[in-house]
Amino acid sequence: MTQVERQAWDVVVIGAGGAGLRAAIEAREQGMRCAVICKSLFGKAHTVMAEGGIAASMGNVNERDNWQVHFRDTMRGGKFLNHWRMAELHAQEAPDRVWELETWGALFDRTPEGKISQRNFGGHEYPRLAHVGDRTGLELIRTLQQKIVSLQQEDKAATGDYESRLKIFQECTVTRIVKDGDRVAGVFGYERESGRFFTLEAPAVVLATGGIGKSFKVTSNSWEYTGDGHSLALLAGAPLINMEFVQFHPTGMVWPPSVKGILVTESVRGDGGVLRNSEGKRFMFDYIPDVFKEKYAESEAEGDRWYEDPDHNRRPPELLPRDEVARAINAEVKAGRGSPHGGVFLDVSTRMPPEVIKRRLPSMHHQFKELADVDITAEPMEVGPTCHYVMGGVDVDPDTAAATGVPGLFAAGEVAGGMHGSNRLGGNSLSDLLVFGRRAGLHAARYAQESAASGTRPVPDEAQLDLAAAEALRPFSAEAGEPEETAGPAGPPENPYTLHQELQQSMNDLVGIIRKAGEMEEALHRLASLRVRARRAGVEGHRQFNPGWHLAIDLRNMLLVSECVARAALERTESRGGHTRDDCPEMDREWRRLNLVCRLSDPSGGLAAPDTGNGQIRLERRETPPIRPDLLNLFEKDELVKYLTDEELTQ
Amino acid sequence: MSAYEAHFRVWRGDQDGGGLKDFHVEVNDGEVVLDIVHRLQATQAPDLAVRWNCKAGKCGSCSAEVNGRPRLLCMTRMSVFERSETITITPLRAFPVVRDLVTDVSFNYTKAREVPSFVPPEGLGPGEYRMWQEDVGRSQEFRKCIECFLCQDTCHVVRDFEENKESFAGPRFLMRVAELDMHPLDAAAETGLDRKSTAQEEHGLGYCNITKCCTEVCPEQIKITDNALIPLKERAADRKYDPLVWLGNKIRRRGQ
Amino acid sequence: MATGTDPQATTPAPADSGTAPHGVHSASRAAIPGRHLRSDRWWLSPAITAAGLFAFIVYSTWRAFAGDDYYAEPYVSPFYSPCVAQNCVPMKGGANWEIFGAWWGLSPALLILIFPLGFRLTCYYYRKAYYRGFWASPPACAVAEPRAKYTGETRFPLILQNIHRYFFYFAVIVAGILTYDTVLAFRDEHGRWGHMGLGTLVLLANIALIWAYTLSCHSCRHIVGGRLKHFSRHPVRYRLWGWVSGLNARHMQLAWASLISVAVADFYVYLVASGAFDDPRFF
Repeated sequence: MTQVERQAWDVVVIGAGGAGLRAAIEAREQGMRCAVICKSLFGKAHTVMAEGGIAASMGNVNERDNWQVHFRDTMRGGKFLNHWRMAELHAQEAPDRVWELETWGALFDRTPEGKISQRNFGGHEYPRLAHVGDRTGLELIRTLQQKIVSLQQEDKAATGDYESRLKIFQECTVTRIVKDGDRVAGVFGYERESGRFFTLEAPAVVLATGGIGKSFKVTSNSWEYTGDGHSLALLAGAPLINMEFVQFHPTGMVWPPSVKGILVTESVRGDGGVLRNSEGKRFMFDYIPDVFKEKYAESEAEGDRWYEDPDHNRRPPELLPRDEVARAINAEVKAGRGSPHGGVFLDVSTRMPPEVIKRRLPSMHHQFKELADVDITAEPMEVGPTCHYVMGGVDVDPDTAAATGVPGLFAAGEVAGGMHGSNRLGGNSLSDLLVFGRRAGLHAARYAQESAASGTRPVPDEAQLDLAAAEALRPFSAEAGEPEETAGPAGPPENPYTLHQELQQSMNDLVGIIRKAGEMEEALHRLASLRVRARRAGVEGHRQFNPGWHLAIDLRNMLLVSECVARAALERTESRGGHTRDDCPEMDREWRRLNLVCRLSDPSGGLAAPDTGNGQIRLERRETPPIRPDLLNLFEKDELVKYLTDEELTQ
Repeated sequence: MSAYEAHFRVWRGDQDGGGLKDFHVEVNDGEVVLDIVHRLQATQAPDLAVRWNCKAGKCGSCSAEVNGRPRLLCMTRMSVFERSETITITPLRAFPVVRDLVTDVSFNYTKAREVPSFVPPEGLGPGEYRMWQEDVGRSQEFRKCIECFLCQDTCHVVRDFEENKESFAGPRFLMRVAELDMHPLDAAAETGLDRKSTAQEEHGLGYCNITKCCTEVCPEQIKITDNALIPLKERAADRKYDPLVWLGNKIRRRGQ
Repeated sequence: MATGTDPQATTPAPADSGTAPHGVHSASRAAIPGRHLRSDRWWLSPAITAAGLFAFIVYSTWRAFAGDDYYAEPYVSPFYSPCVAQNCVPMKGGANWEIFGAWWGLSPALLILIFPLGFRLTCYYYRKAYYRGFWASPPACAVAEPRAKYTGETRFPLILQNIHRYFFYFAVIVAGILTYDTVLAFRDEHGRWGHMGLGTLVLLANIALIWAYTLSCHSCRHIVGGRLKHFSRHPVRYRLWGWVSGLNARHMQLAWASLISVAVADFYVYLVASGAFDDPRFF
């Protein structure tokens, strides 16, 4: 039906953020030919938004730090729901991944001894975040980008072609993973610029597409974060886990409205910034939960002393894990002690001299000056929670990053689930990208090698490609008003922008930071109706760089992941980490033993099945693997009893 | 402050031609030009092509020209304009147009590849790098670059003379050469690569006539001209136009 | 779709002559008729620059060729110091050496002004100023150049701009001599120390600005420390570099201030020497 350009590669990586680029570098260094596909220009990935730093227990600032401490912090932050093996690998390998960046040209801020400087961050016991001012994500992306260019220069010298072994397909969107039987056979997508379809055949595909934040109204995420990888995995038959856990970053901008949600880095607090309500009170002291009581300062004086003398004082509660701080801010605003624009005050102006603020937080200074006319060296910022990160994602094998049940599919970074449990610590994201990006690239390369050696390279069949093309073109026929049989019920074409706004509003209001059963049922109800309308999403114009069309296609993914979030959130009747229920406010140790797994209701991977209102997602409960005893021994018994059931403790 | 209606002229078209189209659109308190473009997409022109990503001035995607000046759409506040002012948005004019506000910026990626990468020092493993803050400071400033390519767009060397694109890397990538030349551990010299003279011989440093438009336009406030291009010119002069330095090096080398 | 080397659907038309559409009007670029769309007064700044530089050129040409009224003891005009021809007015103890013999019949200023002129002509700030103001290359940012070809500083004569540092070395010597002149301005007309007139202050202000401008030079910044790869191994030069960098950030302001001060100093000496004005004496 459609003429489609076809190319053959060994490994295809979807996404050119930290995880995708790290995977591509690894696959190429393993000798595989690797293609990277990204929706934006090369180097613009959402990773650039990461500000604070990369968590790695190098011990450069406090030498007592080591991987065991990092592991402990990560497990505590995730309320013990993390896959322990991922948390272990992450803590062990993060320092190597950071040091490796230096050999590729990264320039981190330095300690007086010339080592990589490390800063404090919420939930981390010691200063642990390697950083470059407050633009660490940019440094990470640029370093990986330049490493890729350097590999391409090597290939040019060897083969005469920069792109013979490693090629970036920028401004391209993948709409389907194509398969040969059970196995991955490649990807189908379109080039945004021309609207042309293409197929890259490859035995191994790495998903590194990031998160889902664009399903929420107030978010720090960019337009790219439409849950593509989550949904591609579902459609390819792979399950997602932990989708109910969505992190709301406590400090996003709240004013002016057009920038609502833009991130205010946690480094502001790590470097001494404090949260105050409209009465001028540092309210976080009232919100220290029992599980963290012994680890946080009880008085402002103690908290302030900690910045200078962390060995003899406890940290201020502004540096609690993000979920705690976000809930506290939410509660203050609800109690009527918020700032004029519905947030709270985050103040560094009374804590540090202006020059220090400008040096340590340059992009925050710039961001507030430019976008809100606020000089953070002279007045407090107004901040409130913003949707930031999804802990849930593709269910993967911890060691190989291989997706469950779909040979040849791998996932790393935000799109993979399990690593962060119910809540991610700041700084653990960038290290996650590098550690598991590398692992995904490595194992994808090995898998591709084996596949080549066995002489059974998978081949996608034509019918799948035709279906994928038809699916991608549907928005144009919807406009023409001639619904094909797959186009769903007849009706006027819907504006994709309107549908998107309604979806964002629904998720924000009904499955947001504080959740209730009734609201989530309502959300599922609304999602069902949006799903029906989305099938009529129509677009004007032609296929060349048409954002309306792109959004209409992305709606499918956002609706799928939103349903996963809502369904899983409704099912989990407790509060834990990034999932807070008004109607079930307590953390329940029994629930710690359970992961909620989302799969597509229609196992054939199609979405053509008539929508009966039951949705497209099937949920199942799965027991979490028991934590290895030597890792459990890293914790005090008193602490474990707060998380683990008696049964687990006696085992 | 309240909502008002503003008059916009937006360039629409592609390689085959196009022109400025008029729009009247609502503007609210605190909005930036990109918000208005999004409102146009959602209400009047759903297929209006524009690049954008972070909407916080950190990714450098939404480069375009507003009233003839290269800007990031997300960092151009509506409050800098008079309410009665007609605001004209066009694509970057130094690069081939793709559609509407989107241009083909592949020139920049081509140039990026022509700059030899960081050369790690021999004999230092990962974790053994020691660098001091005063030594990394200069290159760190250049690494703030978000690659919005506004400097590449505004630079008259390539904006006004298409044929110079062949031999001129542009401010962004000359700055990259400077960054690597100032990197405390870059070992290019040990491998026989002299970044100072190649800046002039291969990346077209001589085309730059230091008229500072790149610095003026930089949304990251990097002092491209004063801190990267001029120092690089001086470094090239060390190599190529300074017999004193040449003699000094000669003598010192003999002394060793 | 890939980053870089894929051939474009339409290859940009090379601009081979002045008549073919080129620059922002190349076939591949967005079809916008105007050579710019700037709605602000972009021409104002280059116009002011050009007018200022032009005024100085007119004034200095007059004064340099005049060969008169440049010494009013104890003040010497900075245009005429050092004075190195036989036809110089004798300056008591001043920088007055008869290196050039009697054959030099023109104004002695011409012999020496070549150095400050060269220093300023090759100065990175002035280059920007006259490229923009006089050559319209470019007239302003994002305003198209009115020419069909551009080679910048890649060829003769503009490639000579690279010798700026030599002019800097000479400028240091000249500044040293002007400093000496300023010291001499603390003597009265009888050669006794302890004098101060308005002229002393004028020369003092001038020499301070000359030094600030000279030391804020980009070449100076490079020589002092900019050329180093490792500041950490040269703490003294690093501090000097930081100090010069601070001045360098105000290079433009200093360029103008010192240009004006040198003209003012010369004009003051002219007024006193020609008898149009009596130097007020403080002590």
